[in-house]
Amino acid sequence: MADSILPLAVEGLSFRAGETSVIEDVSFRIERGSRTLVIGPNGAGKSVLLRLLHGLLQPTAGKVRWNDRAFDVARRSQAMVFQRPVMLRRSVIENVIFALRIAGNGGHSEQLAHAALERVGLAQLARRPARVLSGGEQQRLALARAWALEPEVLFLDEPTASLDPAATRAIEEAIGAVHAAGTTIVMTTHDLGQAKRIADTVMVMHRGHLLEATPAGEFFNQPRSPQAAAFIRGELIW
Amino acid sequence: MNELSESLALALGLVVSADAGLRAIAGLSLRVSGTAVLIASALALPFGAWLALARFPGRQGVIVVLNGMMGLPPVVVGLLIYLLLSRAGPLGALGILFTPAAMIAAQAVLIFPIIAALARQVIEDAWAEYHEEFLSLNATRWQCAQALLWDMRFSLSTAVMAGFGRAIAEVGAVMIVGGNIDGVTRVMTTAIALETSKGDLPLALALGAVLIVLVIAINAAAQTVKILAVKRHG
Repeated sequence: MADSILPLAVEGLSFRAGETSVIEDVSFRIERGSRTLVIGPNGAGKSVLLRLLHGLLQPTAGKVRWNDRAFDVARRSQAMVFQRPVMLRRSVIENVIFALRIAGNGGHSEQLAHAALERVGLAQLARRPARVLSGGEQQRLALARAWALEPEVLFLDEPTASLDPAATRAIEEAIGAVHAAGTTIVMTTHDLGQAKRIADTVMVMHRGHLLEATPAGEFFNQPRSPQAAAFIRGELIW
Repeated sequence: MNELSESLALALGLVVSADAGLRAIAGLSLRVSGTAVLIASALALPFGAWLALARFPGRQGVIVVLNGMMGLPPVVVGLLIYLLLSRAGPLGALGILFTPAAMIAAQAVLIFPIIAALARQVIEDAWAEYHEEFLSLNATRWQCAQALLWDMRFSLSTAVMAGFGRAIAEVGAVMIVGGNIDGVTRVMTTAIALETSKGDLPLALALGAVLIVLVIAINAAAQTVKILAVKRHG
């Protein structure tokens, strides 16, 4: 794909909030079609890293290169699902239509939105007010809203953090379908089992540092960093 | 105490007998204040949303001035509108002084800062929750403002009702630019002021009671609609 925004190359990325260093000199690459899971304890900098990649925060140092595409071009090929997604005070389908219209896809937005809801199993709730959905349904709607934009890269920030196993499974299946449709996945989690189920590549963040970025098979058998090994053994790291 | 019960009985009598004079005065009050609220809201809500999202040098100063103008004295607003609309004034050619149109203009000016300042606060608070999602969607500031105005419609209805309350209760501005002309520009508050100055305190109090009940009824209706809508839309 000549006009792809991938691979993503991150070089020396740092982010400071006042005197506190949140991300410290992080470098890595993300290839097209991969599923990268960023794991680590709370406060490791996972969510901030995602926001830096997506352009919601500006780095204090370093570069985020989207295959040398301009920032606004690259941004239009990305979407993000947040841990607590914002549900607009309108119907389920109108939440998706809103995102499509902003993306300049207003023409067939009703059909596109309906198709997106079908894919996450929410079509029968299309006319329901979005704010009265359960947590799991809201997260699936957030995923449908992002998916409808057909992003090349989908960021997900702990999308199942507050969901029960059934809702988590529904989200993971939807993520699998998004990936199968050709979207590159970059997701944070502190659920090791989830990383095992989804990841091609595992990145371990700890206190703002990237400890390793390892293919998933290798990572779960032989992690490169002692902190990651402890994390896999179920020990508490912080 | 005797005067108070006499007034309440009089108020009840006026309402029950559907007194034509009272109906005309109350109707004009509602028409003038209702139109002023519509005009002020149409301008103040987008302005409040813009101020909530815009970032420019001196923004905090604008917010302080706007918040301060919530306490604009009605007589001062009335006087300014009077000067603008008087025959020698810059808008004298309109010929609307001492008409309900002038009263609407004065009340709209009076309540614009109230609706705009409260809307600014509501939208700014909502922005804290929404901004990452909207930035992620690449929404422009204008798209954000429109979406937030619609999404915050239930909270903003309180700002609009605050404006209405201020408009229907004020007397200074409508007295100056309306002139309290019987059958033309006399509204509830100017009628109360007139009856008080004439010494007919029971009638003044009765009119006051009717006005208060009217305002409470309108607010109750608005609140009921709001509660039902919130229940439906979350």
